[in-house]
Amino acid sequence: MSEISVRQALQRGLSEAIENDPDVFIMGEDIGAYGGAYAITSGFLEKYGPERIKDTPISEAGFIGAGIGSAAAGLKPIVELMSISFSLVGFDQIVNMAANIRYMSGGQINVPMVIRAPTGAGMQLGATHSQSFETWLCEVPGLKVVAPSNPKDALGLLRSSIKDLNPVIFAESAGLYGAKGEVPEEYFEIEIGKADIKQSGTDITLVSYGHGMPLLQKVSEELSNKNVSSEIIDLRSLSPIDYDLVNNSIQKTGRALLLDTARKNGGVMAEVATNVNESSGDYLDGPILRVGSEDVPWPYNRKLEQHAMASVPKIMNKIQQGYSL
Amino acid sequence: MNKEDYLNLYKKMYLIRLFEESCGENYSKGFIRGFLHLYIGQEAVAVGSIDSLQEKDYIVTHYRDHGHAIARGLSTSGLMAELFGKETGVSKGKGGSMHLFDAEKNFMGGHAIVGAQMPLSAGFALASQYRKEDSVTVVYFGDGATNQGTFHETMNLASVWKLPMVFFLENNFYGMGTSVERIRTNGKSFSNLAEGYGIPSTVVDGMDVLAVKETTKEVVDKVRNGDGPALIEATTFRFQGHSMADPAKYRESSEVDEWKKKDPVESFPNYILSKNIASQAEIDEVKKIVNDEMASAVKFATESNEPDLNSLNKDVYL
Repeated sequence: MSEISVRQALQRGLSEAIENDPDVFIMGEDIGAYGGAYAITSGFLEKYGPERIKDTPISEAGFIGAGIGSAAAGLKPIVELMSISFSLVGFDQIVNMAANIRYMSGGQINVPMVIRAPTGAGMQLGATHSQSFETWLCEVPGLKVVAPSNPKDALGLLRSSIKDLNPVIFAESAGLYGAKGEVPEEYFEIEIGKADIKQSGTDITLVSYGHGMPLLQKVSEELSNKNVSSEIIDLRSLSPIDYDLVNNSIQKTGRALLLDTARKNGGVMAEVATNVNESSGDYLDGPILRVGSEDVPWPYNRKLEQHAMASVPKIMNKIQQGYSL
Repeated sequence: MNKEDYLNLYKKMYLIRLFEESCGENYSKGFIRGFLHLYIGQEAVAVGSIDSLQEKDYIVTHYRDHGHAIARGLSTSGLMAELFGKETGVSKGKGGSMHLFDAEKNFMGGHAIVGAQMPLSAGFALASQYRKEDSVTVVYFGDGATNQGTFHETMNLASVWKLPMVFFLENNFYGMGTSVERIRTNGKSFSNLAEGYGIPSTVVDGMDVLAVKETTKEVVDKVRNGDGPALIEATTFRFQGHSMADPAKYRESSEVDEWKKKDPVESFPNYILSKNIASQAEIDEVKKIVNDEMASAVKFATESNEPDLNSLNKDVYL
């Protein structure tokens, strides 16, 4: 085991993919000479050359579509977006091409492609750069969507995503690139569609993903101070969602707090809540609780932005109101 | 070109014509539903151009795709079955008229968002370049697609990366009901658009199958040799409305009549006869073969089963 950052874990996963599979190449805006907007591919161009590390024009629909075509021809492109907010410019390619082409061709064409994109608010980037559109992409059949919260999951999920023969949206919490954690030296993968119990507990189940996880950790500590034992679940995979693991936990604890760091309206946890209601309704001691970010465009001002975000006090209040814990 | 080559060009154009007429008929009978866009009038474009391609080349096209599929050699039975929504269709009844595919023949769709097929097609060309293969990608699109951002983005990508692809513009002068004069400020030619991206372009009479074939061959040879992308604009005309739902009120019937004088399916046999390439009997024999093929395609589509409801959730993921 060694302690590395999410950024280093991604660099490790991308490097080994480039080195082990000649069909893998990386494409995106400023990933080469510049080294990547978040420095994930820093040094890659020098090491692997311009055919494997392709700088693109600022042309999201163009290069996302080109990635899809090259995948349909049998290559394994990894496309980096500077922000998941920019997926909007290429949304038609992602949805109508990457996701639909297999189905509408009667299963003839596969798109073994990964689209990596930083997601989430908290860096005062304003409305256009702070959104979390992994929530929208979860609705689209044909896509898989993953969102790691720590270095080990980032590496394990990246390996699985690159090997997967379906298009995978790899949502990277922009605020967590520097977050550190233990990563095994020996090879491992993390299966897409498997959630993870980060901490076992008995009184309440806390569920989130990505940069919701550090918040849940703090919530758990505060609950612990009140002698409340919480079980923490990291979904890791948003499409498909590991409903079995979530329901098993909630059937044990009888209480659930679901956290979206994306806007609450239409968030992933709305789906989770419905599934839990249908599958575990009889086990619940009260209503399923859901916290998300405010349903407003993301503001620039730091205080306003922080006020819009889900926070530990908001979650604690919700739990207090819902379960008197 | 020998006699068989000429007759083969005629056979494919006539097959497309009959296929499309049969589609119209079966649409009226309710066997084909959804949106149906016929290729009648434009046959020489698909047949002439695809005849100049090799098996390893990729073809990507728009929603008016029956003609390209037939020209590429997709089975008319599989195509008609697809339009009938049957499990034996080329896309198992899941694609429909606008989404025809045959991956084994490198026929990569059938795309129904105007202009969206262009970035995708750049990917096939990129794959050929990446693997150092000499296959060429040809992407078809209409005049209406030239105002989509994807057209411009893809021309730029193809140009800066020197991708082995041909932008094949089928200018039939109407984007649905909107004439090109209403959406272009500088006349009818689109070649200056390519010029701006450093892409060479050629205009060809899209009603002349031999001209289309020859032009495509010249251009594709250059692209295959590594010259980078090129654009071909074929001027053509659809004789019917945009789709079966379109009574074509936006254009004069005299304009349609004028273009019909150049009908490739009518005029090409006359050319063959006038040049003593083949006899009327030989042309009639081709017609008979095509008529028989169409009859069996419709029979196949009619008799095939609808997809099992259990297939609904299949083919979403691999």
